[in-house]
Amino acid sequence: MDITLEHYLAVGAILFTIGVFGIFVNRKNVIIILMSIEMILLAVNINFVAFSAYLGDVSGQIMAMFVLTVAAAEAAVGLAILVTFFRNRGDIAVDDASVMKG
Amino acid sequence: MDLELLVTVGVFAPLLGAAIAGLFGRRIGDLLSQSVTTGLLFLSCAVAWIVFGQWTWGELEPFTVTVAPFIHVGDFVSNWSIRIDALSAVMLVVVTTVSSLVHLYSWGYMAEDPHKPRFFAYLSLFTFAMLALVTAADFMQLFFGWEGVGLASYLLIGFWFKKSTASAAAIKAFVVNRVGDFGFALGILTVFWMFGTIQFAELFPMIAAREGTGWEFLGHTWSALDLAGALLFVGAMGKSAQFFLHTWLPDAMEGPTPVSALIHAATMVTAGVYMVCLLSPLYEHAPVAASIIALVGAVTALFAATVGLAQNDIKRVIAYSTCSQLGYMFFAAGVGAYEAAMFHLFTHAFFKALLFLGAGSVIHGMHHEQDMRQMGGLWKLLPITYAVMMIGTIAITGLGIPGVGGFAGFYSKDAIIESAYAAAASGHSAMGVFAFLVGILAAGLTAYYSWRLVFMTFHNKPVWKEEGAHHADDHASAAQLETHSEPVADGHAHDDHAHDHHGPLQPHESPWVMIVPLLVLAVGAVAAGLVFAPYFIGHHEGEFWGTAIFTGAHNHVLHDAHEVPTWVKWSPLVLTLLGTAFAFWLYVLKEGMARRMADRGGIVHGFLYNKWYFDELYDVVFVRGAKALGDLCWKIGDVKIIDGLGPNGAAWASLKSAARLAKLQSGYVYHYAFVMLLGVAGFLAFAIYAWGA
Repeated sequence: MDITLEHYLAVGAILFTIGVFGIFVNRKNVIIILMSIEMILLAVNINFVAFSAYLGDVSGQIMAMFVLTVAAAEAAVGLAILVTFFRNRGDIAVDDASVMKG
Repeated sequence: MDLELLVTVGVFAPLLGAAIAGLFGRRIGDLLSQSVTTGLLFLSCAVAWIVFGQWTWGELEPFTVTVAPFIHVGDFVSNWSIRIDALSAVMLVVVTTVSSLVHLYSWGYMAEDPHKPRFFAYLSLFTFAMLALVTAADFMQLFFGWEGVGLASYLLIGFWFKKSTASAAAIKAFVVNRVGDFGFALGILTVFWMFGTIQFAELFPMIAAREGTGWEFLGHTWSALDLAGALLFVGAMGKSAQFFLHTWLPDAMEGPTPVSALIHAATMVTAGVYMVCLLSPLYEHAPVAASIIALVGAVTALFAATVGLAQNDIKRVIAYSTCSQLGYMFFAAGVGAYEAAMFHLFTHAFFKALLFLGAGSVIHGMHHEQDMRQMGGLWKLLPITYAVMMIGTIAITGLGIPGVGGFAGFYSKDAIIESAYAAAASGHSAMGVFAFLVGILAAGLTAYYSWRLVFMTFHNKPVWKEEGAHHADDHASAAQLETHSEPVADGHAHDDHAHDHHGPLQPHESPWVMIVPLLVLAVGAVAAGLVFAPYFIGHHEGEFWGTAIFTGAHNHVLHDAHEVPTWVKWSPLVLTLLGTAFAFWLYVLKEGMARRMADRGGIVHGFLYNKWYFDELYDVVFVRGAKALGDLCWKIGDVKIIDGLGPNGAAWASLKSAARLAKLQSGYVYHYAFVMLLGVAGFLAFAIYAWGA
């Protein structure tokens, strides 16, 4: 069978949903949150590239390259925060990170 | 000298004295303060006697000096003025005479007190307020003087402010008088509402025309004159310590004894009687109000006399006696014999001031012992005091032989009793019969308690000697607790008696500065009735009073009083002798029996000793009632309702809602993320919907 636009979009949607749930449902590890965010961004990238191919417009793929760059930078910053956080608290469990509680 | 200027000087001299002693007393020292106040008072007294002499034996027309405007608002006009007529001339003499003698007496009595300038300033201030009261030409100045004497009375009762009972008594006197003054103020307002003026000179001629004016209230028509009269009388009840509002007077004995003599016996408490006589044009047209006066006066005369039977504090006996005599004056005025009321006021001032100052001399000699049970046998040690107290007692019991003559009280009291009989016989007053019966009964009681005082104090075994060496110190404090006696001041105040505190009590006669006023008053107590009876109630009565006292066309009470049956003339004397004999039997012949009877208790003795339980009744009804009401307003009204719904309620509500909102801030990243997602989803859904539309 042919792989059509709908398939790509379905994969993107699935990835996106997994990413979102990865953020909410996960109670253990901050790294998993970072990974989930990467996953959401990848889902978005897949959509960009899929539409770009479908419409024959290259600007979608350029946008995907930007997103990748931003994602890399974001991952670097996130991990750096995480390292500092770990040094301060000795732990990176999500449930313990509630200093902002009202 | 110009008489108008003279009376102005006479009225304002005490105020000047009060200002000097009160404001500069510390700087000019005790001696100068005393000299200035006493000197100015004697000046004032001289003026008063000049005016009174001119009035009685000379040719003097009533006149009014307008000193300054007081309040002029629309129709309401009030001036500071000095009204001189028969009534005010009599009162001027009474007030300044007793006051100047009390000033002099206080030199001795207060010799050990560290606050003499203050004391003399208060005494002079009182005298000025009283003079302002009796010379008032309108209700406003009358009210000013009325409140002024109330203030001075408060200050002097609480003169020993370190003693808590004295402070409490001062407050009690002030508060009870507020009740009366409320009625008095309402009475003045009623008069102004009816007549549009408060000037006596304009008011009195208008009254007759308004007889029968009604006032619609609560679906009933009230006689407006009776209403005004009754309300004004409520003020008189408070000031003159009549039944229901009498409770402050016995407690006022906490003040220094000269104060009791001046304010709470001779002058201030008679202000009510003076006012009723002054307003005779009103009361002559207000028969219901007059009946109320007669009833309350008669009840007071009887009530106070019965309570006086059982008291042990020498000053309280005299205080109840005062209360009782004021009752006499009121029922005399109530049955229409205003002249007799004023005459009794006049004579009573002499012999009651004499009794009080004599009691003060005893207290002074006994080193501030007031319990008569601790006295006895003093006649040898205080011979002059004994003599003047005998004179005062004979005067108050009204000893005298009808048709021949007697002491001061004989003339005035018998005139009152005979007037009551005459009012009853001619049907002039509804209360005449009751007042007459009470009058002769109370005469007997008066004799009993007055002689009991003399016998317990001056005769019998000297109790203070038996108690001997251990007496002085512990005893003084014990008696103080029991009888609220005067304090042994501040320790150093008694320096010159210091030696007494370590040995047996040695009563001594008072210094001459205290004896002289007693002798002067004793002369008054003997002769005041004899000399002045023709002017006050006798043949010259008409020209003496002139227009000052108004008696209606059908009021022949005083005239009839001279023609009562013989048995009426003799009955007070018989009762008096019976009372005297009974006191003599119980306290001299059967010495000690009365003490045993009292110790055994008994319902009647307890009832009288506790003053018919009036203080207890008022405590339950008014004091605790007021406290309960206060508690209700405070704990329910303020704390629960106002605070609960107002400030505290708002604070509570914002705190609770803030706590709820704060729970949204869980601090968990994924919660915030979830909310963000929901928000994005919401916006997106809205965007799609909006585009679709």
